[in-house]
Order: sequence, then structure tokens, then C-alpha cells
Amino acid sequence: MDGKGKTIPVLTVLAAVVAIWYACVVWMNAPFEYDKAERAGTEIGFSQLVSNTMTQERPVLPAAHQVAEEMYKTIVLKKFTSKRSLVYHGWITLSATLLGFAIGTALGILLAVGIVHNRAMDKSVMPWVIASQTIPILAVAPMIIVVLNAVGLSGLLPKALISTYLSFFPVVVGMVKGLRSPDRAQLDLMHTYSASTAQTFWKLRWPSSMPYLFTSLKIAIAISLVGAIVGELPTGAVAGLGARLLAGSYYGQTIQIWSALFTAAILAAVLVMIVGLAHSYVLRRMGQKPEGAAT
Amino acid sequence: MSHDVVSAKDLSLTFQTDDGPVHALSGVDLSVKKGEFVSFIGPSGCGKTTFLRVIADLEKPTGGEIQVNGVDPEAARKARAYGYVFQAASLYPWRTIERNVGLPLEIMGYTADETRQRIARTLELVNLSGFEKKYPWQLSGGMQQRASIARALAFDADLLLMDEPFGALDEIVRDHLNEQLLKLWDKTDKTICFVTHSIPEAVYLSTKIVVMSPRPGRVSDVIESSLPKQRPLDIRESEEFLKIAHRVRDGLRAGHSYDE
Ligand SMILES: Nc1ncnc2c1ncn2[C@@H]1O[C@H](COP(=O)(O)OP(=O)(O)O)[C@@H](O)[C@H]1O
Ligand SMILES: [Mg+2]
Repeated sequence: MDGKGKTIPVLTVLAAVVAIWYACVVWMNAPFEYDKAERAGTEIGFSQLVSNTMTQERPVLPAAHQVAEEMYKTIVLKKFTSKRSLVYHGWITLSATLLGFAIGTALGILLAVGIVHNRAMDKSVMPWVIASQTIPILAVAPMIIVVLNAVGLSGLLPKALISTYLSFFPVVVGMVKGLRSPDRAQLDLMHTYSASTAQTFWKLRWPSSMPYLFTSLKIAIAISLVGAIVGELPTGAVAGLGARLLAGSYYGQTIQIWSALFTAAILAAVLVMIVGLAHSYVLRRMGQKPEGAAT
Repeated sequence: MSHDVVSAKDLSLTFQTDDGPVHALSGVDLSVKKGEFVSFIGPSGCGKTTFLRVIADLEKPTGGEIQVNGVDPEAARKARAYGYVFQAASLYPWRTIERNVGLPLEIMGYTADETRQRIARTLELVNLSGFEKKYPWQLSGGMQQRASIARALAFDADLLLMDEPFGALDEIVRDHLNEQLLKLWDKTDKTICFVTHSIPEAVYLSTKIVVMSPRPGRVSDVIESSLPKQRPLDIRESEEFLKIAHRVRDGLRAGHSYDE
């Protein structure tokens, strides 16, 4: 893939999205301006209308530049320790995300190892793993938070556990597939050496599973972030991106909501990118054939 | 107790499949003596791979008896009696060539020093010195297969089981590897069981040719080769060679006759 070939389509799509966005801003915020004009008993011209819809304090849909301005103020200008800094709130959410992701990954790998090596676990655990994901997280989250609060756990860990709940799943599924990916000849080879189960695991199954692991981790890190945000909603948490979303919606601060949303999206993109870099680094270390190399 | 490297008596193996039983091997009597180079030849499905896999304890026979170095295949496997070369090189793609060759040594607990020496020695034996740090994808098919032979030679198994190791390679590479394999056999004094589809390959390499036929998989002829141990490639034009090849072809045809 060459970078140049992708730039133009990406920019085109971006321009289209922004154009549609601004059209929606005018369209959705216009009723408020008409109302205002009517109450004041004045007429409002089109150009005035357009400029007004983009400068409202609590618009139905804030304009891109309003969100950007708010993000600049709350990310760059505010001190990190300020309760109004998005960096502060982002960090609260990020720490729960990372902790939950780490626990989820470890749990997912352990379960996959068990499932692959133990017939009874294969039969009994997998249905539960799948069932766990059919319960909507919005129903599970308050229960986890409330139950853990009752036993004296609050703050970071309960939120992290919701991330864990979501993120262990892709890891289990991916790792079961990855640990089972060695072909018959590769396994037979180990058998001819009379290798132990542990040797077969570390020298064959584990390295074979790496591409599967990282593919799962990309999904897991993104939904860990979702889990941490969802975990901030039911408690009425005062800190974190979820709390910003909630507070924003209480007070009709749409610009604040959108800023928090974009921050979350950017955070997710960065996290997925970091996992992606780790992915290519590990596969390169494992001698993977570079893209496009001749055989 | 027998002193043969492999001895099979009335050996049979039937696979139970969804389409009913498949008689992969039936009534196989065979003995392989130390230092022999035995080729197994026959149409596909006649049980060549299965027989090798039984020797290697990768399949359990359903009838008869088999001993490897005088013990049952499982005990022989645990005693590291053989090295197995699969049809595809099946090198581990995340390991360099030297680490692929070192894999059995790691598993068998050789010291780092010993491992290094053995890797160097076996890579030299298959003419791959200088490719230690390469990954499998950086090597041609023939070189990959040589690396997999090196891997089977790295530890001191006296028996080498090779399942169509050169089947996927072109004729020129194959000739070359056949020549090298003979030299290696001469140098190392190993016993080799070698599966092939090719009559010239079987005749060129072997001291003994086992002709097999399918449905049920069985041995239809065993030919002791009268060719000398030293075999230049052009021995394949000799009268003796052609005579043996002819007998192999007859054996194959006889096994096939009821098919047509
Ligand atoms: N694991 C297996 N399960 C069922 N049938 C098998 C299995 N392995 C081999 N067979 C059957 O046994 C017969 C002999 O196979 P094989 O030993 O691979 O033949 P060859 O190597 O001579 O081509 C074939 O009919 C094949 O389909
Ligand atoms: Mg075969």
C-alpha cells in the first residue's frame, strides 16, 4: 500500500463528513433561532441564521469548530489537575481501561489455555463465555458497581472489572483459535521428539497464536475503553470521560458531551494504534516475511 | 528379540471412517536391517505414509506386531530412535534455520554448547552453512527441505524416516538432493526408510525396494538391489539399474491390475 494513494480518498470522505455535519448544524439549530427571532418580533436573514446556528451556547448539534475549540481549551489550556481538564478525566478513564484490559487479557489467555488443554473445560467453559456476552453490559454494569460497592470496593477496580468483562471475550475466542492453529505436521513433529505438553505449548502453540492474540487485543483494548466509560455512568461518577458525558447531558452542555465523545474516540484510536504497533513489532521480531517480499 | 531396526509381522491398520473401514495396511511382513536404505513405492493410498507413521508411533496398528530397535514403537520414540522428515518441510516460520535445527536439541535438553556444535555440523552436512540466521521464507523449497533433514539429523537417531521429502521439488533439485542424501547415508551409517512416488528415485537410492499396492494396503514385492554402494548419477543409464526399475514397474502394475 502506498500512502499517497490513500490520502486523497480519506480527505474526500473527511470533507464530505464535515460538510454534512455543518449542514446538519444549520438545519437542527435553526428552529431555536427562528423562535428567538419570532419572540423578538424580528425577521432573520439566511446568512445571519447560518452564523447564529454555529455560535449557540447550548446547540442541539454543536459545530465542529465549537467542539474543537472546547477540546483545545479543556485539553491544552487547562492544567492537568483541574477538574475541568479533559486530560484529567481522560486519565481517570484510561487507567480503568488499562487495568481492565490487563486483567481481561490475562483471564482470556488463561481460559483459552485451559480450554485447549482440557476436554472438560472445552465442553463446559465455552458456553458460559459466550452466554456472558449475550447479557447487555448496560444491565451488568450497575450490578457489578453496586455489589462491589457493598463489599467496600469502589473507584478504579469496579470500572476496570467492567472493562475486563467485555475484553476477556475476544481474547478467549482468538486465543483458542490461535493455540489450535498449528497444523498436524507441526504437532506431529513435537510428538516425534516426545515433547512434553509444556514444551509443545511454549515452542509451538504460543508462538503460533501471536497473530491471533494481537488481532484480539485490538478489539479488546477498544471495548475496554467502552467498558470503563459505561462503568462511570451508573454511579454518577464525578470523574472520567463517562462522568463528563453524564454531567454534560444533565445540564444540556452539548459541546461538553461532544468534546468528551471525541476525546474518547481519539483515545480509542491511539490505543488501537499502539496495540497495532506492538503487533507489527512482535511479528517482525518473529521473522515474519515483510509485506510484498518475493517468495 | 530381533536385531532388526524395524520388524513388522502381519501388521495391519484399519481406519474407521464415516464411509466405513479403510484398510490402510494389511498383513505387512517386513524387516529393515541396520544400515539399509529402504524405499517404499506405490500408488497413493497404498499405506506408505501410514507405515512410516506406525514406525514413528504417530499411528497405532490395529493388528499384528511391530518392533523398532527391538522394542515397541512408543518405547522407541521415547528413546529418540528416529528422526522424521515430513512431506512438507514444516519448519517453524518464526524460527531461524539454526533455531529450527536446534528445536529437537532444545526439547531433548542438550547443553547450549553441544547444541551449537551440532547445528553447525548438521547444517554443514546438508550444505546449508551460511544460512543459519535466515528465516524459512528466505530459502528455496529445496533448501527448506534440506534444513528439515538437518533437523532430523541433529540428534543421534540411527533411523531416518522420510516421507516423500523431495516430492514437491523439481527434477534438477531432486537429482541433486538424491545424490547428497546418498553421500550423507554413506557418511553417517544411518538406516533410512524413504517413501517415494518415483521409480528412478527408489532404484537410485535404495538397497531394498518395497513395492506396495492399495486396497488393502499391502506389500506386493520386496526387491534387494544389486547396485554397488557407490552410485554416480549416471548409474541410472546402466543395464543393472534398468533391470531393477523394470521389476519395480512390473510389481506396481501387478498391484494395480484389478483396477482397470
Ligand atoms: N487418519 C486417517 N483417517 C482415515 N483414513 C486415513 C487416515 N490416514 C490415511 N488414511 C487412508 O489410508 C489409506 C492409506 O493412506 P496413506 O498411508 O496416506 O497412503 P500413501 O502415503 O501411500 O499415499 C488411504 O486410503 C487414506 O485415505
Ligand atoms: Mg503419503
